[in-house]
Amino acid sequence: MLELRDLSVAYGAIRALHGVSLSVPEGSIVTLIGSNGAGKSTTLRAASGLVKVQSGSIHFAGERIDGCAAHQIVARGLAHVPEGRMVFANLTVLENLMMGAYLQRDRAVVRRELDLVYATFPRLQERAEQVAGTLSGGEQQMLAIGRALMSRPRFLMMDEPSLGIAPLLVKTIFEKIVAINRTQGITMLLVEQNANLALEVSSFGYVLETGRIILQDEAAKLRQDPQVRRAYLGG
Amino acid sequence: MTELLQQLVNGLSLGAIYALIALGYTMVYGVLRFINFAHSDVFMVGAFAGYYLGRELPSETFGGGLLALAGAMVACAALGVLIEKLAYRPLRGRSTLSVLITAIGVSLLLQNLGQRLFGANPRSFPQLFPRHDFRFDGLVISSAQLAVFVITLVLMFALRWIVMKTRIGMAMRALSFNPVAASLVGVSNDFVISCTFALGSALAGAGGILYALNYPSIDPLMGTLPGLKAFVAAVLGGIGNIPGAAAGGLLLGLIETVVVALGGSTYRDAVAFGVLILILLLRPGGLLGRVQTEKV
Ligand SMILES: Nc1ncnc2c1ncn2[C@@H]1O[C@H](COP(=O)(O)OP(=O)(O)O)[C@@H](O)[C@H]1O
Ligand SMILES: [Mg+2]
Repeated sequence: MLELRDLSVAYGAIRALHGVSLSVPEGSIVTLIGSNGAGKSTTLRAASGLVKVQSGSIHFAGERIDGCAAHQIVARGLAHVPEGRMVFANLTVLENLMMGAYLQRDRAVVRRELDLVYATFPRLQERAEQVAGTLSGGEQQMLAIGRALMSRPRFLMMDEPSLGIAPLLVKTIFEKIVAINRTQGITMLLVEQNANLALEVSSFGYVLETGRIILQDEAAKLRQDPQVRRAYLGG
Repeated sequence: MTELLQQLVNGLSLGAIYALIALGYTMVYGVLRFINFAHSDVFMVGAFAGYYLGRELPSETFGGGLLALAGAMVACAALGVLIEKLAYRPLRGRSTLSVLITAIGVSLLLQNLGQRLFGANPRSFPQLFPRHDFRFDGLVISSAQLAVFVITLVLMFALRWIVMKTRIGMAMRALSFNPVAASLVGVSNDFVISCTFALGSALAGAGGILYALNYPSIDPLMGTLPGLKAFVAAVLGGIGNIPGAAAGGLLLGLIETVVVALGGSTYRDAVAFGVLILILLLRPGGLLGRVQTEKV
């Protein structure tokens, strides 16, 4: 459903990606792991149109999307929960969710989606009128995911959803991620430093190192790979 | 007592005009984080648009006055959008300094263009609204002042409604907090920025007409001082903060009038800028501004 072919991206003179290729089949959860600075976020940013692609191509649902602006890519059903969550801290929880549905003009559809998000994250409903900046890190992550869901995506990219969140909440959030994939049929590309948990819920995984894919395999096999265990799973 | 009330009325009507202009500075700052120095010249264009429209429309009528007001607001909105598109958009993502210098350039361009098109000599501004002085026990409120109060109030409520209740207003607030996140939910930053310029410039246009109604001599350089004062008002209230700009404008108008009333008319501008320096020393974020903290 999402396919990156030989993708190169640079920030000024610094090359961040050197010919990355990966593909995410419809309905699956795929994980991209790699150490800090490997280029994971850059990969997602390229797919969602936040950074320009230097060479290579990006195909989504059969169409080429590199060169599209970020706001046009969301409209096609490819949503991105960015690293650091980026909730609108000056807006209420409800307003954040409404911003997620910015492109949806049909109020009934928005209402239905909102109920669905509230059903997934009841905490958000309790805090609906609260300003998002006052939420805890875990709640902000739920809000960031909820906001992305409000755009009714077919595909969700998530950048380090576990970053800076209490371990107990991390488990909850991963359960939700799996539930969203199973019940709503949303395809996912997950970026994680918490490789163990991410590979556990994925069917396939890629390992990125200094802008190159160095390993790719079924998630279960990656978890057994001695090199992966040493570098990313803590032995 | 009456004297005091009179000064209060005069101060508030001047302050309301500052507030209208200040809103444009603060809104543009909110989405682009720079001071649009050409804003004061949009204000001037508003006055001239009112002047030319006023000559065509029946003078001293409500209908004619409101029509001139609406026309000037539309003209200024278009001018604001055009300025952003031609001058600032190509510099998006560059250093703030380049954009600031460009803004000063645009300001000079508008002033010189104004002198070329309208001539450098001051012109007297037509009476757009019916002339009348309302008297209460010695207190005099002119119809031009009343127009300032009513129109400013209506425009501010309209602005508040747009920013707080509409989809585009929510997008402005979202964009001002995080443009990347806004684009990720489908907001076209370019479109929202254009809308922000349109709104801010329309308010400046209204301010231009209201100013000219009360200080009825206009010239192509007339924007400079009120523009600067409005900028001070925006900073006073906390730049980027919409209620702050409104409050800052009113406060500045009051302070100025009080200084004049106390016999210090020579120092009115010095006091205005002195207040700015004082408040920034005490509260660097402005009166209603706060240092924004982001949770990680
Ligand atoms: N905005 C930027 N400007 C310049 N270099 C950047 C920028 N963002 C990331 N980089 C560089 O690109 C490389 C990849 O970064 P990133 O994609 O954020 O890695 P990861 O998400 O895997 O930690 C790093 O070397 C980083 O320093
Ligand atoms: Mg990253």
